[in-house]
Amino acid sequence: METIADFEIKYSQFLDPEGEPQETLPAFARDPEELRAMYRSMLLTRIFDAKAVNLQRTGKLGTYASCLGHEASHVGIGAAMRPEDCLAPSYREYGTMLWRGVGMHEILLYWGGDERGSDFAGPRHDFPFCVPIATQCLHAAGAAMAYKLRGEPRCAVSVNGDGGTSEGAFYEALNMAGAKQLPVVFMVINNKWAISVPLELQTASRTLAQKAVAAGIPGLQVDGNDVIAVRHWVERALERGRNGEGPTLIEALTYRLSDHTTADDASRYRKREEVEAARKLEPLIRLRRYMNAQGIWDDKQEEALTRECIAAVDKAVERYVNTARAPVTAMFDYLFAELPASLREQREQAIRLDGNGAGH
Amino acid sequence: MAALTLIEAVTLALASEMARDERVIVLGEDVGVNGGVFRATAGLQQRFGAERVQDTPLAEAMIAGVSVGMAAHGMLPVAEIQFDGFVFPAIDQIINHAARLRTRTRGRLHCPMVLRVPYGGGIHAPEHHSDSPEALFAHMPGVRVVIPSSPARAYGLLLAAIRDPDPVIFFEPKRIYRLQKQEVADSGEALALDVCYTLRDGDDVTVVTWGAMTYETLKAADRLATEGIGCEVIDVATLSPLDADTIIESVEKTGRLVIVHEAPRSFGAGAEIAAVVAERAIYSLRAPIQRVTGYDTIMPLFRLEMEYMPGVERVISGIRATLKD
Repeated sequence: METIADFEIKYSQFLDPEGEPQETLPAFARDPEELRAMYRSMLLTRIFDAKAVNLQRTGKLGTYASCLGHEASHVGIGAAMRPEDCLAPSYREYGTMLWRGVGMHEILLYWGGDERGSDFAGPRHDFPFCVPIATQCLHAAGAAMAYKLRGEPRCAVSVNGDGGTSEGAFYEALNMAGAKQLPVVFMVINNKWAISVPLELQTASRTLAQKAVAAGIPGLQVDGNDVIAVRHWVERALERGRNGEGPTLIEALTYRLSDHTTADDASRYRKREEVEAARKLEPLIRLRRYMNAQGIWDDKQEEALTRECIAAVDKAVERYVNTARAPVTAMFDYLFAELPASLREQREQAIRLDGNGAGH
Repeated sequence: MAALTLIEAVTLALASEMARDERVIVLGEDVGVNGGVFRATAGLQQRFGAERVQDTPLAEAMIAGVSVGMAAHGMLPVAEIQFDGFVFPAIDQIINHAARLRTRTRGRLHCPMVLRVPYGGGIHAPEHHSDSPEALFAHMPGVRVVIPSSPARAYGLLLAAIRDPDPVIFFEPKRIYRLQKQEVADSGEALALDVCYTLRDGDDVTVVTWGAMTYETLKAADRLATEGIGCEVIDVATLSPLDADTIIESVEKTGRLVIVHEAPRSFGAGAEIAAVVAERAIYSLRAPIQRVTGYDTIMPLFRLEMEYMPGVERVISGIRATLKD
């Protein structure tokens, strides 16, 4: 027997949990403005997220999927992308979406049960949230196919979790993107838990990055709590895509510090000690420590930014709670470009019964 | 103008629209070099190149999902699913995404894609190659289900499907792919979607059908005409959204309704048509509605398939059942 194929998976971390640089930082991370912008986005995301959980607890929001602990992975992706690139998210990438210009009130509208939350004013070409697991990987591959056919220097980025790597759609997308050398980046946010199923029950694979190997595309693993590592490697992957060098899979290692959603109670299936250990590795602390050490961030700035973020979140919440319900006709009027004749009667009925019978 | 088979008309429509609109991309398994297992895309890759006529990896969910992504980003994908029995992995993408992208984003994104699916029995094919799953898709809000039953309608309806800004599942009755030739002009003119086509006028009974069953039904109508029984034969063509008005108008004239389809009977599209007629025109009926359909069984392998499929005799006996009084 001889070895006819072999593989290795590389791991990258720039800042360790103490905020100590592990190697020379990339150029963007030597610019204090860039670091402060990413930190601002991470803190805003965290404050927004905590507020959204509170809104759900007080009956002002539907079920909500918290992103606590994912801030570096999500903001790193957003900061690496260009506006003309396309995001195909799952359902908790608020850090990426806020960076790209989706409004906080729009995210709240979505979880508040209103489709208009996905009609965001921000990147109009981005895909909406995707609840069916990993199906969005195929949409990203399709968008990338469109860009490639038109010769546009753009990339698509899909984001799914560790559980999503068990889905056929995930592998089908990787395989297609490899076969056609599409400009797409597949992000796997490995937060160790797919609701109650831990990674070791999800797969026997030592890394999720190596799922790229069978598709013939590069795969690598980064510290998903290190925003510098995420941004750097996503930028590199996007460059590859724009240069016609094909797709990349990036596994970002992080931890879901929250319940899966507000409908979940993670204490049923995982140990407090595990969560507490993971909390020590969370992404905001290490960037703040690094910026403190560099003398580009202090407690006064932290306080001011916190106040600014709380005010911005409060404003978004106010806008959300003051948004009137959509007209009942909305459920008919966006089904097709034009309302088919066969639906006119049902639409009339819905108008007639609005607030006065149907489903009440 | 040339005399074409139904499948040649499909090819002509694809070529015509690809020449007219460079956003049209054909993709699927074996559609390129091989020209499709049924030859529906024969010659297209030679003419339009391997980027516009793409052989894909063998994965139906991928074909549908990538089409959703392309369609949302400015292309007009026309994907081929090789056989009816292989469309099921793609259903997730059709139901969860293609059908509702416009609704979910309040029109910000939409999904102008066509999924071509050769369907139905009668060609002595292997297992999983002969199903009629149109009702599954007709039950899904947000997708059109279109089924041609002649070369001219294949050409005109496929053009309409490609030009439609929303997703269309285009079921092609493979049994009649090469059954008859018809003069089809490459006029570039689409036929109307969302309307039934009345193939034959008659005063005594309305027979509603689609796909390959139109041929059995027309043959039955010919036979009954020799006895002085006038059948009005309606090809539904767009199963969903259903043009109930044309059917109701006919039933109000004839007072009798027979629905003929190859798919299993229970919970099928015939049940929906019968329900609509019962709701809107029950007092016009002079006899109970009859359904002539496949059985509620698994489609048998081909030694028994003609026993499963409704043929002329079953159609005639269904029609006669409405004429007893």
